[in-house]
Amino acid sequence: MDIAKIRADFPLLAERVNGHPVVYLDNAATTQKPRSVLAAVDGYYEHTNANVHRAIHTLGERATAAYEASRARVARFIHAPSAESVVFVRNASEALNLVAYAWGSRLKAGDEIVLTPMEHHSNLVPWQLLSKRSGAVLRFIPLRDDGTLDMERAPIGVRTKVVSVTHASNVLGTLTPAAELARRAHAVGAVFVLDAAQSVPHMPVDVRALDCDFLAFSGHKVYGPMGIGVLYGRRALLEEMDPFLGGGEMILEVHLDRATWNDVPWKFEAGTPDVGGAVGLAAALDYLDGLGIEAVAAHERELTEAALNMLDEIPGVTVYGPRGERGALVSFTVEGIHPHDLSQVLDQEGVAVRAGHHCCQPLMRQLGVVATARASFACYNTLEEVEALGAAVRKAQGFFSSVPR
Amino acid sequence: MSMGLEDLYREVIMDHYRSPHHRGRVDGATGDVEMLNPTCGDEVRVSFRVEGGRIADVAFDGRGCSISMASASMMTDAVVGKTVEEARGLIAAFRELMQGGAPSEELGDLVALQGVAKFPVRIKCATLPWTTLEKGLTGDMDGEGRPRMG
Repeated sequence: MDIAKIRADFPLLAERVNGHPVVYLDNAATTQKPRSVLAAVDGYYEHTNANVHRAIHTLGERATAAYEASRARVARFIHAPSAESVVFVRNASEALNLVAYAWGSRLKAGDEIVLTPMEHHSNLVPWQLLSKRSGAVLRFIPLRDDGTLDMERAPIGVRTKVVSVTHASNVLGTLTPAAELARRAHAVGAVFVLDAAQSVPHMPVDVRALDCDFLAFSGHKVYGPMGIGVLYGRRALLEEMDPFLGGGEMILEVHLDRATWNDVPWKFEAGTPDVGGAVGLAAALDYLDGLGIEAVAAHERELTEAALNMLDEIPGVTVYGPRGERGALVSFTVEGIHPHDLSQVLDQEGVAVRAGHHCCQPLMRQLGVVATARASFACYNTLEEVEALGAAVRKAQGFFSSVPR
Repeated sequence: MSMGLEDLYREVIMDHYRSPHHRGRVDGATGDVEMLNPTCGDEVRVSFRVEGGRIADVAFDGRGCSISMASASMMTDAVVGKTVEEARGLIAAFRELMQGGAPSEELGDLVALQGVAKFPVRIKCATLPWTTLEKGLTGDMDGEGRPRMG
């Protein structure tokens, strides 16, 4: 991959922050957007915009075609068997809420929901809400000290109705054994839900090979616009589920006292959807396919390795998460410097990292920290930027030890 | 380091961060409140004892960044011995300072935290201990600082 050429595709990377070229290492929160995505969204609003599905005029037909073509593009990217198994939502959080609500309505007291302690709040809180509504019990697959799942102690059994896990942890970088989890879930008749928000941008994801029943991801973390996300669902499950939100487009026939539902996936898409966002997401997936997801993964692996090795060499730095196969991010703390303070000093050097609990408060408690700093990588990051991170961390250490007592 | 950073991390702030004053818990507390900054997970606990309308003793504990911990330490110095009314005045004046207002005289050393106002995401760090104290003073106390019963 020609990284200089890739960087030129991303206008934001030319920004300067506090007098330095921006070193954007907060990609697990959101990625920057290539020009082709920005142009696709602009182009949609300049040449195509109309409301979808109901209009009997040329623009309406064009908009509907663009929207449905985007759905097919997403399906192809994740190897979904049909476009109808792709529901457009706002983000991964909404996708997971949809499953917990619309599929989860069948759960009863005593049923069990199996999660992990490293779930993002978006794959924890919707299940807590379901647990409150239904009386179903939350169970957790224990985490080993190295940040991997202790599958031997996975509480998957006859009462398990759903297993919902992250594919790649947004804090530890842990990759979970998704295919094995799917097998274990299906063996007891449970459904398997995969939160792929941190994996779809970084590795090939094939819903059929993984055998997942539901899969959620956000468009904005995969070079697409904010406000568009995806829920993949096995067709038969989507068919038997009740709707999530009521309104226009999700209906077939409405009376004053009742209504019947539209077909899948439109049953789950009440109201005017984010058509421009869907078009932008399709352009983003085109862009990523153009680079080749394997090539992107290899490049990010190199950056992550370099970051781990560099941070290992700085005294006082603790790195969290497993070694070897892992996601494209590194969480760490620096002795004597709170992650907020670290992030503030890094920002003065133009280096953008995230500091905080990363929407994983239970995991922070298990790690025994209030917060961590996290550097996360994308296709356009460079080894020089990893070095800039290291230099900024050392500068922060110098700054905090040199302030006169 | 750029001016901006020196503006934020003033010497007196780093002193309080490294060697906090009034750290711990007050004996016979009439108020004891813990608050969390949900955006970052920082925790601050403020306990105090009001006697005859005056804050006879105050202490803080918690885990957080230099700004939140220094702000807590400086706050305890500022409010100890003050009447509840005076403490409320200080809370208001500090909040004003964080919103970019001119420092009022009563703030004293706390003016060192003025630079925080230029870093919007850090304002919550600085105000967290103050909000915690305020909650203790207003929410759960009767006029004499005794915990409200029932």
